[in-house]
Amino acid sequence: MVKKSPIILALVSLLHYSEVFANEAFVRSNINLRTGVTDISQQVYDLHMTIFYICVVIGIIVFGAMFYAIIFHRKSKGAKAANFHESIKVEIAWTIIPVIILVVMAIPATKTLIAMEDPSESDLTILVTGSQWKWHYKYLEHDIEFYSLLSTPKEQIGGQWIKGDNYLLDVDKQLVIPTNKKVRFLVTSDDVIHSWWVPDFAVKKDANPGFINEAWTKVNEEGIYRGQCAELCGKDHGFMPVVVEAVSPDDFDAWLANKKAEKAAAQAEEKRLLAMNMSKDELMSEGESVYMGYCAACHQQNGMGLPGVFPALVGSPITTGDVKAHIDIVLHGKKGTAMQAFAKQLTLKQVAAVVTYERNAWGINSGELIQPKDVHQLLQE
Amino acid sequence: MNTLTETASHDTEHHHGPAKGIKRWIFTTNHKDIGTLYLWFAFIMFLVGGAMAMVIRAELFQPGLQIVEPHFFNQMTTVHGLIMVFGAVMPAFTGMANWMIPMMIGAPDMALPRMNNLSFWILPFAFLILLASLFVEGGGPAFGWTFYAPLSTTYSGDSTALFVFAVHIMGISSIMGAINVIVTIWNMRAPGMTWMKMPLFVWTWFITAYLLIAVMPVLAGAVTMVLTDKYFGTSFFNAAGGGDPVMFQHIFWFFGHPEVYIMILPAFGIISTIVPTFSRKPLFGYPSMVYATASIAFLSFIVWAHHMFTTGMPVFAELFFMYCTMLISVPTGVKVFNWVATMWRGALSFEVPMLFSIAFIVLFTLGGFSGLMLAITPVDFQYHDTYFVVAHFHYVLVTGAIFSLIAATYYWLPKWTGVMYDIGLAKLHFWCSLISVNVLFFPMHFVGLAGMPRRIPDYSIQFANWNQLISLGGFAFGLSQLIFLALVIKACRKQGEPVPAKVWDGAHGLEWEVASPAPYHTFTTPPEIK
Ligand code: HEM
Ligand SMILES: [Cu+2]
Repeated sequence: MVKKSPIILALVSLLHYSEVFANEAFVRSNINLRTGVTDISQQVYDLHMTIFYICVVIGIIVFGAMFYAIIFHRKSKGAKAANFHESIKVEIAWTIIPVIILVVMAIPATKTLIAMEDPSESDLTILVTGSQWKWHYKYLEHDIEFYSLLSTPKEQIGGQWIKGDNYLLDVDKQLVIPTNKKVRFLVTSDDVIHSWWVPDFAVKKDANPGFINEAWTKVNEEGIYRGQCAELCGKDHGFMPVVVEAVSPDDFDAWLANKKAEKAAAQAEEKRLLAMNMSKDELMSEGESVYMGYCAACHQQNGMGLPGVFPALVGSPITTGDVKAHIDIVLHGKKGTAMQAFAKQLTLKQVAAVVTYERNAWGINSGELIQPKDVHQLLQE
Repeated sequence: MNTLTETASHDTEHHHGPAKGIKRWIFTTNHKDIGTLYLWFAFIMFLVGGAMAMVIRAELFQPGLQIVEPHFFNQMTTVHGLIMVFGAVMPAFTGMANWMIPMMIGAPDMALPRMNNLSFWILPFAFLILLASLFVEGGGPAFGWTFYAPLSTTYSGDSTALFVFAVHIMGISSIMGAINVIVTIWNMRAPGMTWMKMPLFVWTWFITAYLLIAVMPVLAGAVTMVLTDKYFGTSFFNAAGGGDPVMFQHIFWFFGHPEVYIMILPAFGIISTIVPTFSRKPLFGYPSMVYATASIAFLSFIVWAHHMFTTGMPVFAELFFMYCTMLISVPTGVKVFNWVATMWRGALSFEVPMLFSIAFIVLFTLGGFSGLMLAITPVDFQYHDTYFVVAHFHYVLVTGAIFSLIAATYYWLPKWTGVMYDIGLAKLHFWCSLISVNVLFFPMHFVGLAGMPRRIPDYSIQFANWNQLISLGGFAFGLSQLIFLALVIKACRKQGEPVPAKVWDGAHGLEWEVASPAPYHTFTTPPEIK
């Protein structure tokens, strides 16, 4: 029987499609790499298509010869086997020619790679820190920092709600960068290895705990660009997207000013809170939303944890014992475990609320209320 | 025991057949029995690992979390990978080696038969331990088959200890198997079986065995460091203690890349045996095949960091590993060209082993193409850790290594059982597998390029259609393998036409000079080699 060549057909149709996509300047193909929005990503795309075409041509020649033999040199058609079994000339040829093709391919690849790995003379530096399972961004020159968490509702993931357009690719606070400026990323991690990836920039860099990697981009077009963590980092690896918004330099400056004002307002609010007491209802409702956003991924919504992986909070000595120890572990985490330090991530109010929540939810009702000033006091010690 | 009784018992044992019952299998030192054990074990592991793949594909059938929790999903991908690599592909090749190498070189048995028994019988325990680890509190290993630190150290569950122990046992088993192959080939070739007359399957296994001995200890080192980092306070991979998590990857891939060639070199040997048989023409470029195998083996030690381009290596290191990786496709290409040249102007016929071999050549080459694409570092930044890589290694491992194993089974099964298997079923198996495997793995290129990361239990909706198709292909491929199971069981029960010693008219080699089924002992006196 003849083996048909679905592969060749598929390759050819892939070729055809990608050409259509390229011509019509589709950025988001369903079956091919995207051209992206930077000079580098364009070069990467071109390299990708070049090596792809090289493979297609070699494939056509090799499989063509093979299928020719399959069709015409078959015993059932009375073919008599020849007896040759070597040819130094041919063998040298098919060793040398591939080498030449590879050298030709290696030249542009080398150029692009060297360009990609040169983050010098950047206009803006952002420290990107991965942790289970969120990204933290810090604008080193501007004293602005924030966490960026998945904002797709649990109900969409669980299937109770219809999934939105940017299902799993939405965050609460996206990274904002200016267009036409060289932005340098310093990438690191607080716990396991993550990988920060924005396909439209052709930037993917591992976030290694204890080490800092460099990458850079210079975006040509305004827009919102979405990517995901690319290195298996534990349970919720599939749920830590990267969203970057590129805006014009003017808009970026406005955004920066706005962020700074927001920060000042938050600090004033914090001061105000230190002087007063929040009610139980206030603490509990704030606490619940913080818990669901930051804690439930590990300790679960019902506070029971995952046996053997993440400890239960219900009935644990921490949540039933000394309040200070409880606040302390939330603020500073526990070394050598997945329990991270939340001091940087949460405001005083949020810490107070979530600790209150953990001591009163799930039917525990200890009645203890923790106020922002309690947390503040502990931080001062 | 005195000398007299020893000689006496030796005499009675001399022409014995197999012992009866279960003891035959537990105490056997016969290379054919041990080969059979390895092959059945590998097949069972293939089904177990396959069942896990079905769980993965069922969860990925639709976006959203339907069937399993993410933590369990990660355990499935991890254990699926470990079982397929260490439980299915590697033992299956060792089984082939046991059955065929002594027969191909005219030896009566493997050189170290008792060690042979041991190296098989520790394997089931390794996998019982690995599977048992799924049931400890906190679940089984969930850090990927590549077990990158610190996910596998500080952040892993207590099943890690079991995982480490299991990997150690698998490693010891592989090393013993490799020593046996090397000693057998060095010492037990029949007179006249010179190096350059050895069948390519023997050559490729010979080189593979050296790779195994070189890198399995490296793997053992890696798991041991994981163990001590996790439980004994060392900091090999912990920056806070002066270690480096990226060093783990260097160590792992120094094992890992040769490992992928361990899984493909014997496959090259098999294809180089089958293609000439059904082309009725000698293998084209035998010496260059041997040299290509040796150069691949050498190069496989200096390309490991192509798995780590995104870890932040210095540019010159990235360039070095890019060039070496591109280079490795040259000897790989030579192999493919040689097979095509062997078929060229032959008198081809398309028995089932040949069908699988042709599928191997085409589809493995496709995996080679994506490998070449992955070698281009700047583009690898886009491909890395996406489904594109998943497509690549499944093309080289499933339609490569596993198809070669299936081809080998269809080629030598009549020799093993003495009967021709059900050819209708075999063809059905081939066409079902061929179609479903491509439906399963080809679209993975697309979703990978479109940006779907690997090892995720849920994905954004743009990938939904392709994933549905992929899952359907997966279920179909899984079911198709049950045809194979039924066929092999039938053949083992001797249901089929008896076959002559030389099953295939175009076949060459000593294994076709012994009766079918191959007697329990073969070549107790060395054959003559012309
Ligand atoms: C032409 C020859 C080949 C080249 C140039 C090549 C290249 C590569 C590269 C660059 C990667 C890393 C991709 C990434 O993670 O970004 C890779 C991954 C891989 N390759 Fe190949 N490859 C070749 C042949 C093979 C063969 C023959 C096998 C096995 C039989 C194989 C098995 C694998 C596996 C298992 C992985 C992924 C491992 C993992 O991350 O889990 N490759 N290959
Ligand atoms: Cu590799």
